[in-house]
Amino acid sequence: MKNEYLDLFLTFARIGGLTFGGGYAMLPILQREVVEKRGWATENELSDYYAIGQCTPGIIAVNVATFIGNKRKGVLGGIIATFGVVFPSLVIITLIAAFLQNFADLEIVKHAFAGVRVGVCVLVFNAVVKLWKKAVIDIPTGIIFALVLLVTVFLDVSPVILVVAAGIAGIIVQGTRKAVKK
Amino acid sequence: MIYLQLFYEFFKTGLFAVGGGLATLPFLYSMSDKTGWFTYGQLADMVAISESTPGPIGINMATYVGFTTAGIPGSIIATLGLVAPAIVVIIIVAGFLKKFQNNQYVQNVFYGLRPASVGMIAAAFVSVLTMSVIRLDLFQISGVWTDLFSIPGILLAAVVYVLTNKTKWHPAFFLLGSAIVGIIFQF
Repeated sequence: MKNEYLDLFLTFARIGGLTFGGGYAMLPILQREVVEKRGWATENELSDYYAIGQCTPGIIAVNVATFIGNKRKGVLGGIIATFGVVFPSLVIITLIAAFLQNFADLEIVKHAFAGVRVGVCVLVFNAVVKLWKKAVIDIPTGIIFALVLLVTVFLDVSPVILVVAAGIAGIIVQGTRKAVKK
Repeated sequence: MIYLQLFYEFFKTGLFAVGGGLATLPFLYSMSDKTGWFTYGQLADMVAISESTPGPIGINMATYVGFTTAGIPGSIIATLGLVAPAIVVIIIVAGFLKKFQNNQYVQNVFYGLRPASVGMIAAAFVSVLTMSVIRLDLFQISGVWTDLFSIPGILLAAVVYVLTNKTKWHPAFFLLGSAIVGIIFQF
């Protein structure tokens, strides 16, 4: 039993340590470690967790870690997964803050991170394609996807509003389908 | 008691900052105004470092501010404060979901939520795209069209794309490889 908690902690510590950017940058690593390697969640569940993470308190990376840990091993699992995901930050940032104040100004760091961003960009693209295949399954879901993407890129609309609107759209679309069938 | 105050301030941030890590920024600015623990200039440095180190940006920020304010205990307490509300809320939400996961209405809601969620992540992809492969950030400063496309960036992206789809290598390998290419070719 003890090992499963340790496994949860170490897995999420690895995920935290390999996240470069916001919560979205965590997605490719999550898919590999949690969905493909360990089967702790499905692609669809990841989409669900991100949607809920967008409109609940706290940063998305923590929300998603808590969700998966909690699904696996209850409340304690949720807490341990979250401790895992924050652990690398605590160590690395503390070291940098203590010894390397000019870290972000170093030329080598700048070049390395410009490179990493290109890598992250491609990995996130692949991750989105995987989720897209599971979530966009017909014309209405295609329209919801396109609208949310365009609105988020070009307008400054709160994700909370988008998530609520999409949920209502889901009820209406599926509800009318049922009614038509009857 | 600085630790208690630190926990309280970050608990508030964790409770009211909704969304990605940069959603914590406005709260950190007001924390700076209110407490004087750090200046706006220090905050800007912290953002730069949080963006160029492993770990989700929001966590990195909390750890950094906590450390600057009250050393190593400060970094731990600030981070705990930030994640505490999220843990509580998500565990409650997850409980509800489990109970109602077979409810038709809940399933219909998720039918609409999933594509919206993917749309928002796709939008995050667009914003990384305009800072990495396509350099909208450089173009906006210089106004020179050739700055918009970074040839080495496009080549690296193409190689990573092909390899990620042809091999089963771990994403960590591609991140490390991209960093090395970035250093060698002075991205």
